[in-house]
Amino acid sequence: MAVFAAIMVLVPLAPGWPAVKKSFFNSEIFVQVFPGLLNAFLLDVAIFAWSAPLIFSLGLLVALARDVRAPAAYPLRLFAILYTDIFRGVPVILVVYLVGFGIPGLGLPRPWNSPYIWGTVALVLTYAAYVAEVFRTGIEGIHQSQRAAALSLGLSNSDTMRFVILPQAIRKVVPANMNLFIALQKDVALLSFIGPVEIFRQAGVYKSLLANFTPYVGAALIFLAITIPATRYADFLLSKQMRARS
Amino acid sequence: MARLETHGLCKSFGENMVCRNINLTVNDGEMVCLIGASGSGKSTLLRCLNLLEPIDDGVILLDGEDISTPGLDPQPIRQRIGIVFQSFNLFPHMTAAKNVMLAPWRIHGRRHVDLQGEIAALFERFGLADRMEHYPDQLSGGQQQRVAIVRALAMRPEIMLFDEITSALDPELVGEVLDVLRQLRAEGMTMILATHEMGFARELADKICFLDAGAIVETGPPERLFSNPTEARTRDFLARVI
Ligand SMILES: Nc1ncnc2c1ncn2[C@@H]1O[C@H](COP(=O)(O)OP(=O)(O)O)[C@@H](O)[C@H]1O
Ligand SMILES: [Mg+2]
Repeated sequence: MAVFAAIMVLVPLAPGWPAVKKSFFNSEIFVQVFPGLLNAFLLDVAIFAWSAPLIFSLGLLVALARDVRAPAAYPLRLFAILYTDIFRGVPVILVVYLVGFGIPGLGLPRPWNSPYIWGTVALVLTYAAYVAEVFRTGIEGIHQSQRAAALSLGLSNSDTMRFVILPQAIRKVVPANMNLFIALQKDVALLSFIGPVEIFRQAGVYKSLLANFTPYVGAALIFLAITIPATRYADFLLSKQMRARS
Repeated sequence: MARLETHGLCKSFGENMVCRNINLTVNDGEMVCLIGASGSGKSTLLRCLNLLEPIDDGVILLDGEDISTPGLDPQPIRQRIGIVFQSFNLFPHMTAAKNVMLAPWRIHGRRHVDLQGEIAALFERFGLADRMEHYPDQLSGGQQQRVAIVRALAMRPEIMLFDEITSALDPELVGEVLDVLRQLRAEGMTMILATHEMGFARELADKICFLDAGAIVETGPPERLFSNPTEARTRDFLARVI
């Protein structure tokens, strides 16, 4: 708090402040570009909205593949492990570039060369790896005795997973997954590098047009308006779970 | 109904041999109690009988049929042998009724509406009629354990295994769970109990098996085994717990 207050007081005293204020916190420009930014943000929301369920499903499938115990399914497990290791080990922006430029570069016909498709694929592949890890910790966190109780009734392995283990595991990892999806909402902006005119790119267009950085500040504020409440809510859920468990 | 036998059953965890050459026979309608110090292998033996643990050597016969062959589908066998655990292990995200209905629904394909009457009767029988829609964390330990028993009974098992089902309960709740066992006993259920309730075992069991370090050291009817044990290890154990 003290640091924050000091910045508030000291920064305006800096010699360059008037210039910075003019090019970053220009209220006229802010008012002028805000509706356009908000409109572009709808594209971010849309990309998020169709990516999220895909990420959830793929992440769940990969987590389940890692849990299969049958020896015959060893290749499947190995593949799932490799997949999560690789996509968690590469920066998102690299995946976006490689998939987003590389695959359309193969000369696919329309609409299969769309950056929307391959940008989404890049996000889904990356984030599903993280979500899979979260699900896996959730599944492993359910006590062995729950599995034993279900199996002892004569339930199959898949029913035990579906009705007993997964519902508990998914609930347990809601806060962790929420944090991932908050990060995803921000990383949608990375797709601007391969084409879609979403908020970050729109802000860039305004910046060039008006020779002013205020559009970026506007974009940041729009992101914060979404991510801060979502982060607070995830923390609230987490602390609620902690209390319930203690 | 059912007769369960083991011949030369052995089970190890790594180097640790937890069941040593177990020969046990439980006849139809009998109640057999396993007693012995903590770590003597009672839980492991029960888990082996329910096929939750694979055995290393020996056979398990259910009505004369070998159920311990590797590669056998354990599901239909487990449906015939119910088990109740010390720690209840109810599914916390389901109501008591849903806990009980899950297996009959999934395994016998019976819909909830068809099961409702039968399940309600089971809850009624064990004094839980007004607890069907409660979640496990809204129930006392004794109620949870009774629901766990009802859950196992709903599959109409031929044999029930009970693993120290009163050990995790507050003393004042032990009675209500033991009453359920008395009731099942009176109805002629074949049962194997691992228990520390010596008074209860003495009162109701047909046969007591004393386990030590994974082996059955002594077997006999309760009157004889409790008042006149032949093995020194049995005497020592009984002197400590009674
Ligand atoms: N899953 C397991 N893995 C390794 N060792 C085990 C496992 N379960 C039980 N044991 C060991 O087997 C022995 C017998 O345990 P248990 O069957 O629980 O005895 P009891 O029920 O009589 O207290 C103990 O030494 C215990 O540490
Ligand atoms: Mg035990």
